[in-house]
Amino acid sequence: MERMQEVVGRARAAFNSGRCRSLEFRMQQLKALERMVWEKEEEILAAIKADLHKSGHNAYSHEILGVLGELALAMDKLPSWAAPQPVKKNLLTMRDEAYVCLEPLGVVLIIGAWNYPFVLTMQPLIGAIAAGNAVVVKPSEISENTAQLVADLLPQYLDRELYPVVTGGVPETTELLTQRFDHILYTGNSTVGKIVMAAAAKHLTPVTLELGGKSPCYIDKDCDLAVACRRITWGKFMNCGQTCIAPDYIICDPSIQSKVVENIKATLQEFYGEDVKSSPDYERIVNKRHFKRILGLLEGQKVAHGGEADEASCFIAPTILTDVSPESKVMEEEIFGPVLPILTMKSVDEAIEFINRREKPLALYVFSNNKKLIKRVISETSSGGVTGNDVIMHFFLSTLPFGGVGNSGMGAYHGKHSFETFSHRRACLIKDLKMEGTNKLRYPPSSQKKVDWAKFFLLKRFNKGRVGLVILALLGIVAAVVIKMVYC
Amino acid sequence: MKGLSPQILGKKKKKMQGRDMSCCCAAAHAELTRGVLCPQPFFECEFSEILLCKNELHETLNNLSHWMKDEHVDKSLVTRLDLAFIRKDPYGVVLIIGPWNCPIHLLLVPLIGAIAAGNCVIIKPSEITKNSERLMAEGLPSYLDKDCSAVVAAGVEETTRLLENKFDYIFFTGSSAVGRIVMTAAAKQLTPVTLELGGKNPCYVSDSCDVQNVARRVAWGRFFNAGQICIAPNYVLCSAEMQEKLLPALHKAITEFYGPNPQESPDFGRIVGDRQFQRLQTLLRSGRVAIGGQTDEKDRYIAPTVLADVLPSDPAMQEEIFGPILPIVVVANMDEAIDFINSRERPLVVYAFSSDDKVVNQVLERTSSGGFCGNDTLMHVTLTSLPFGGIGNSGLGMHHGKFTFDTFTHHRGCLHRGMGREALHALRYPPYSQQKLGIVRVASEVKRKDACTLL
Repeated sequence: MERMQEVVGRARAAFNSGRCRSLEFRMQQLKALERMVWEKEEEILAAIKADLHKSGHNAYSHEILGVLGELALAMDKLPSWAAPQPVKKNLLTMRDEAYVCLEPLGVVLIIGAWNYPFVLTMQPLIGAIAAGNAVVVKPSEISENTAQLVADLLPQYLDRELYPVVTGGVPETTELLTQRFDHILYTGNSTVGKIVMAAAAKHLTPVTLELGGKSPCYIDKDCDLAVACRRITWGKFMNCGQTCIAPDYIICDPSIQSKVVENIKATLQEFYGEDVKSSPDYERIVNKRHFKRILGLLEGQKVAHGGEADEASCFIAPTILTDVSPESKVMEEEIFGPVLPILTMKSVDEAIEFINRREKPLALYVFSNNKKLIKRVISETSSGGVTGNDVIMHFFLSTLPFGGVGNSGMGAYHGKHSFETFSHRRACLIKDLKMEGTNKLRYPPSSQKKVDWAKFFLLKRFNKGRVGLVILALLGIVAAVVIKMVYC
Repeated sequence: MKGLSPQILGKKKKKMQGRDMSCCCAAAHAELTRGVLCPQPFFECEFSEILLCKNELHETLNNLSHWMKDEHVDKSLVTRLDLAFIRKDPYGVVLIIGPWNCPIHLLLVPLIGAIAAGNCVIIKPSEITKNSERLMAEGLPSYLDKDCSAVVAAGVEETTRLLENKFDYIFFTGSSAVGRIVMTAAAKQLTPVTLELGGKNPCYVSDSCDVQNVARRVAWGRFFNAGQICIAPNYVLCSAEMQEKLLPALHKAITEFYGPNPQESPDFGRIVGDRQFQRLQTLLRSGRVAIGGQTDEKDRYIAPTVLADVLPSDPAMQEEIFGPILPIVVVANMDEAIDFINSRERPLVVYAFSSDDKVVNQVLERTSSGGFCGNDTLMHVTLTSLPFGGIGNSGLGMHHGKFTFDTFTHHRGCLHRGMGREALHALRYPPYSQQKLGIVRVASEVKRKDACTLL
């Protein structure tokens, strides 16, 4: 177990050497990562297929595309993201330099998840490298093929000391978490999220936790059901339901429940054909443990469609449950499988109240032709993110921060938000050693006059543009001269 | 508070916030002039407790409607016709735990941001500064909505029990040791935190500088509130020659500020409690006492003290001083000073004094800290446009100005699409084909600006 201490120690020494701080170095590493994805595309797709029975097309569009997009964005924007940001000054600091410097945090730990094993490790890594950190990467052991591939590939393309990969299961991760990091980004479930944060607390390490929850999907009576159901079907059953932002359950009026079921059934036919099991586009459950867990959720439920399963291949057919009770087992935990419960409620008020009584989800979905209704649902609920009239899509827009709230997580990343998550915003004020006159009003011995001057300098707001700045400058000079005369 | 959506509560709060906060500041001011508040000198109280709070309040009131607005973001090709924005949602119920050293300011400033962001707030002032605790407990409820805010007076045991409740955000100002306890408690509920902690803020003085100006600025920063502020310059690093020049200059500055007997000056503060006083007394056994060193236990008075030739192993260099004692550690040169700073925990602020800009920039670039101030002390916190926070042992998160609002806001990514143009989405639906993938690749590509498409 000293291995962990050694690995992290080496990364820290490498960070302290300063070589990962220059923009040139960071760009070079990001370019190398891009080359890795291009050159090893076949191997990456094969690993994901071995772990999740995912077709090459699926794996490419869900994982590789996202990574390439993030890389291109980071390389394009890095100079502007990393540049010092000047800030508005007050009268007292008018002649000074005041800006925010974006600096690396140090050694960052990224713990990946198994459901999208490549993108959920790579995307945070890109942000952490771009921000100038050293990064310890710990892919999920459950998606073992991708984990091993990442462990093999990264050292071939990136600086070996700065970006080590650590493989292993629970004991190795526990040991890793005893080490000191400067930020930890964890993707996974809330239970382990708590363990990660507790370990981080010992070192006062900030964390980003990308967790999960039950993402509700409200379907209004007034909407194009065929379109809504097609989009929901796509988002729910991609990766066999093993997506943190999959619509977990549907809420709709009882009068449209059967139409919803019919539309989803029709879409499933379109997507996967008569025999889902033989469709190359339908994935499998990642392992037997999850397979059994998901099947257990079907107990006592009204199965409107699907329900077939095959343990040997961890296959569970796309399944729809109707008239589901809020107290049932399937409504207790995040499903993370191809089981779609439908709950009926008579009004959007009831739906909003229901959603608010439960833990805040990672995503919230609402389908309606009525824009006001969508706005209302967004305003009266809380969730990590929202997509209206579609599912999943807010994940793909990198200008939107992606993260949870409450039980679904804390912090966010993607695009510039990744860069900011892995950076320290250091406030910098550089003054002159001269102009001591203006300082005299703050030095003891104090007096009411000094207090009045302090109020003048601190409380006056000047936002009047260039002319205002000139007047400001003149006022400042006058004030400085007067003070010098009075107090010297 | 339970059962009401955070958004509705938030709207209620914003209406009351402005008038109420102004009244609250006025109340604190009234208490202050009656001498009830704390043994802090009048000017310092006025400056840090009142003026800086008012600054924050004005900044917030002037900009709140702008900060609250949905922030529209750039869109991709695929989402070009959609509405994409960041919604600023309150977290819900937040807990603010205040420290004893600036008992009003360090509670009110986060409170302003928490209310501005639309949250309900539980306020836990420090039990050590009893007068301020009473002022908060009696004053705040008479100005703020009783459903949306509450003040809890609690000691260590009660605070531990308080932390067992579920909060949606916890903002803590205090020591690193207690910061760890707070974060561990927060982890049980997956509650995000901001921890404003402390550390030993180094102050490097180079050989080329106006010694008297440096001495004044360092002395002011060190002896403000009798040294009991988290951003005080904790120790000086300089060459032996500079130490010889600084000592008389510091002596002159101290006399200018507080007269020949600082104990009689109304502008010099006292130590907050007996336990802190005794702790500080033991730190005096470091290096040699070059200036001051006198103490008076009954008065909890420690004279403005400068210790020379202090060694890194001395008691004064083992912990954050938080008192009117300034150790000077001699180093050979700037490189040694930077190495010294980097071998220790990252502080809340690094100070560097030099008339050579390059020196100041070198120290800035080669060290890491919460904030940085060149050629002065404390002043970086008077600018509400600069974020205030620590790094590593000195804290996590930040606040002041808009940063406080952002701290207490959940930035929710929202994408509002239309139901039409379904044909375009056909590309993403199974069954997949090489052709579909080809189109998707082309449509999603983020082109590098300088990428040559011929190659």
